[in-house]
Amino acid sequence: MTVTRQNYDQELEELRNDILEMGTRVELAIGQAVASLTTQDIEMAKHVMAGDDYIDAMESSIEDKCMVLIARQQPLARDLRIIGTGLKITTDLERVGDHAFDIAKIALGIAEQPLIKPLVDIPRMSAMAQKMLRDSLAAYIKLDIALAENVCAADDEVDDIYHQTFRELLTYMMEDPRNITQATQLLFVARYLERVADHATNIGEWVIYLETGQRMRKK
Amino acid sequence: MDYKIHVNKLKLYYGDALALKKISLGAEKNSLLALIGPSGCGKSTFIKTLNRMNDLIANVKIEGEVLLDGVNIYHPDTDVVLLRKRVGMVFQRPNPFPMSIYDNIAYGPRIHGITKKAQLDELVEKSLKGAALWEEVRDRLQSSAMGMSGGQQQRLCIARLLAIEPEVLLMDEPCSALDPISTMKIEELLSELKQRYTIVMVTHNMQQAARVSDYTAFFLNGDLVEHDQTDVIFTRPQDKRTEDYITGRFG
Repeated sequence: MTVTRQNYDQELEELRNDILEMGTRVELAIGQAVASLTTQDIEMAKHVMAGDDYIDAMESSIEDKCMVLIARQQPLARDLRIIGTGLKITTDLERVGDHAFDIAKIALGIAEQPLIKPLVDIPRMSAMAQKMLRDSLAAYIKLDIALAENVCAADDEVDDIYHQTFRELLTYMMEDPRNITQATQLLFVARYLERVADHATNIGEWVIYLETGQRMRKK
Repeated sequence: MDYKIHVNKLKLYYGDALALKKISLGAEKNSLLALIGPSGCGKSTFIKTLNRMNDLIANVKIEGEVLLDGVNIYHPDTDVVLLRKRVGMVFQRPNPFPMSIYDNIAYGPRIHGITKKAQLDELVEKSLKGAALWEEVRDRLQSSAMGMSGGQQQRLCIARLLAIEPEVLLMDEPCSALDPISTMKIEELLSELKQRYTIVMVTHNMQQAARVSDYTAFFLNGDLVEHDQTDVIFTRPQDKRTEDYITGRFG
């Protein structure tokens, strides 16, 4: 049988590529934002903040493509799930982009004061959340359910470090009230990274839905 | 914009009845323009004005102009046979000639003076390939076209059109008599053809217009209500009547 609807298939493929590109970009932005915090690099923080507009524009462009595909191609079954999950995943990625912006803004704010403590857990959380994000995108592109499930499972570890960081920063605050301002900022960063991991988990869950049509039970 | 066809203030009367009310509309080169609208809105009448098929109907009066590459085809000096070679048409029902697949395609070129077998062979192959039919029929070019499926017959009619090397393809509901798979094949073909030809297509099937066209024009009661990029028409039409029609609220 002749293959039909090749253009449509191509457009769906483009949509997936756009999402991968956006995901790669926000993952990079998180890494740079956290690096700008740990190395107190003002230029890098500004660079991350400036990049957020482009990420927002990518979100709009992907959303528009999804709307047009729905209007023009009347997607059904798996095609419909590709587009529906595309809309959802883009929202998750845009939020990750916002968190990169927020972290960079905090980095900029405290770039010229001594850090109250060496940052260990925050870069660790960041590395884990970034890996989850990369894996969730790889799972999306390869439609790899096992990998998507791994991403979801990894979220608990990030949550654990977050709680640990929370307790640690609380100790610093109790020790010396002058630490409170910066410790609060760092606590926000930890919270943002914990949210990044949540968004990666969401993406993993959407991959499973895309591939199987089944919703993963929310924990 | 680079218009292949530019219709300018076109009015068409059937006797005293005004069927097209001062239509101005352009078809961009190498694009597909879909005409949609409820029955009797004037879209089929309109498409027939583009290669003067309405000349054959009694009591038709036309005002305004239809410019093909900037030249008015209603000018008295127009060679209508040449016009219809440049602006070919495919109809609702496939209408192959009762002869072999090969002769269906070679018919037009022979009339236009091509008689060498090698040249005709080449043209037949090229046209069938252009209509995405070659692989299916290459081994039975001498069998009757009447034995083909409806979808194949329609692609044969498209191949027959391509054989006389037109510039504009007019399609009046080319898929209305076809099953869904044949329809998809024709749609796939259209998206290839529009890269080389300018296509104007009437369709009752709104989803089809959404899938294949670059531009969409919505006709209602002989008026052109709205004409825009297909993306725009189907996601944010400007006119309430267009919105009501495409969302199935009337029509």
